[in-house]
Parts: sequence; structure tokens; C-alpha cells
Amino acid sequence: MKKPNLEVALLAAWLCAATLAADDGVFDQYRDLMGDENPAVFVIDEGEEFWLTAQGPNAVTLESCDLGLGPGVTAGAYVRFPRHFADTNAVMDLESRLVYCMTTIQGRDLESVTAKPYSLRGDFGTEIEALVTWLAAESEGATIAPEQAHATERAMYALGKDIFFYRAGPHDFSCATCHEQSDKRIRLQALPDLTSHTGAAGSWGSWPAYRISQGLVRTMGWRLRDCFRQQRWPELQMGSEASIALQTYMAVNAAGGTMTAPGLKR
Amino acid sequence: MAGRIKIRAQKKGVVTEVKALMRHPMETGMRKDQAGEPIPAHFITQVSVLHGEQPVMQGHWGAAVSANPFLGVRFAGGEPGDTVRVVWTDNQGGTGEGETTIR
Repeated sequence: MKKPNLEVALLAAWLCAATLAADDGVFDQYRDLMGDENPAVFVIDEGEEFWLTAQGPNAVTLESCDLGLGPGVTAGAYVRFPRHFADTNAVMDLESRLVYCMTTIQGRDLESVTAKPYSLRGDFGTEIEALVTWLAAESEGATIAPEQAHATERAMYALGKDIFFYRAGPHDFSCATCHEQSDKRIRLQALPDLTSHTGAAGSWGSWPAYRISQGLVRTMGWRLRDCFRQQRWPELQMGSEASIALQTYMAVNAAGGTMTAPGLKR
Repeated sequence: MAGRIKIRAQKKGVVTEVKALMRHPMETGMRKDQAGEPIPAHFITQVSVLHGEQPVMQGHWGAAVSANPFLGVRFAGGEPGDTVRVVWTDNQGGTGEGETTIR
């Protein structure tokens, strides 16, 4: 009596696995139909235009912005984030670094540049989203290698790990609830195991990504904020310590992987 | 920033395959923004593919087409070096145009 039950269980497990694989296959077909076309290419162009447009009271471009590899160096800069900057003595992600450059170099008002970092329904992309998309594309194919030399960078990783496993909110959820196993899915989307190198590299390396269902490119900052919303946690602020810590945790777990962003997602 | 089009046209045997990606929000007019106000309809109504000056495809589009639409079309004929254009107009009077040469 025991053995047939086991076989049924195995068959059910196999069917689940087959369903998951089939779903990914359908999406692969979709990508094939699109060929190399990803609507993110428009956003990449727009991001470069924002970078080269003189703005703010100082009427200058962002070309003197130091993303860690020296003022104005954009190629390969994104894969080194999050990283410590001596001028702010803080670990920053790309989004907060861009805000820093907009306020210090261009002299723009902090409140206005951070008022709406991510698109709302009916928007057609924001400046931050476009800049991040272009800068990620400037690192396409590069190896993910976030800085971990400075003590604050290692502390940020430790904090990110703490937050990742911290259960809170009305549903008693942690990031790990969904993201520490490799064979789980939510509805039809496979959930990556972000504690593993493979899972983290696949995720960190494919954001920012064009979300077909939203018609927008979304950044990792947005993705994390939406995870917080789904957990019914308080709203995650762009450039906050919690956001940068979680990004550091993911980026370090992804180290050695390849940056393929901007990705194309459902 | 609407109006941009990325086009590729490639000769494959006796047909030319055209792939075009258009930058357009394609708002249906049925959605509401965060404040609950309706987002005005804004979508492409007419799209044409031209081989030189000769239309090879004309389409009437509506609100059901996705944002940043992707169009794939094949037509008989066309030689490498010929010009292929994709043009559209939307319900707000906006237009977009892109041009490439057949590879």
C-alpha cells in the first residue's frame, strides 16, 4: 500500500516541476519572438539624454558625476554598486548616488528629485528610472563585483542579511519566506533563492528590467519597495539604509555573475 | 518622448521581414491614476509600413494594443538597400516615423 502512494506523490511532484518548466518555456518563446527587441532600448536612449542634459540652478550635466570609477566614467560602474564613497562617507546604491549628483553638481532641490523616483500608473518613466537603465546597460556583460573592501560595506552586507531574514508585519513575513528556496513559485512566477549565488546572480543581473505587464522599466529599488508592499511592511524609501543594505546583500551573493540588464520580464 | 521607432528589415528568400518597435504609452482611457482621475485615452489609431513610397501594410489599431507595441510583418519583394518606413498617427494627432534600409 505504501509504494503506490509514494509513486503518486512522485508523479505529482514531477507534474509540478513540468508545469513550472513549461511556464518558463512559454516565456522563452515570447522572448524569441521579440528577438533582440526590448522596449528598454528607448529608455536607455532617454537615460543617456538625461545624463547629457544641463539641468538645475547650476545648468550643468551629470557628466562630472563620480560613480566610483572617476568623474564621468559610466562603463562598468553599475556592477560595483552598492559601494562606499569617501565624499559622503556612506555606502550608496546607484539611485542614491544619482540623487547626490543631482543635488550637489546640478544644485537641484532634494525634495523635488526624490518626490517621485518610480513611475506611477499612467506615467511613462521617470528620470531616475531612465538613468539607472542606461547605466546598467553601460555595464552589460560585465562581471558583478560589488565593493566589499571598506568596513561600512561589509557592515551593510551584514545589515542586509539581518533584514532579509527578519520576520515582521501583519503576515509575519520575511524576504526569506519567499526567497530562500529554489523550487517555489508565486502564482506562475518562479521565485529565486536569493541566498544562493545562482538565484541572486539571476535576479541582481537582470534588473532593471522592462515589465511587459506595466509597459515600464523598473529598477531594483522599485522591486524591493514592491516586495515590502507585498509583505505589508512600511513603504521602503529610495536610498534608505534598509534598501541599500538589501541591495548589498543581493549584490554580494551575486558576485561573479554576469550583468545582463536591462532584462525583459512578464 | 513618444514618436521613436526602432526598425529592422531583412530580406529572407522572396520576402522581406520587417520588425518595428514603437515608443508609445497606448493608454486605453479606461485607467485611473493614483488620485482616481481618469488617464486620457492616448493610442495609435493608424499604422503603415511603406516599401519606398508603396504601402505594403496598413493597420487600424485601438486601445487593445500594448504599450510600446512591437510589429512584425512580411511582404513579397524588396531588395537589400531599399527603404522601409513605418509611420503611425494616434488619437491625439501625434505622429511617429522611422526608416531603415533592407539588409
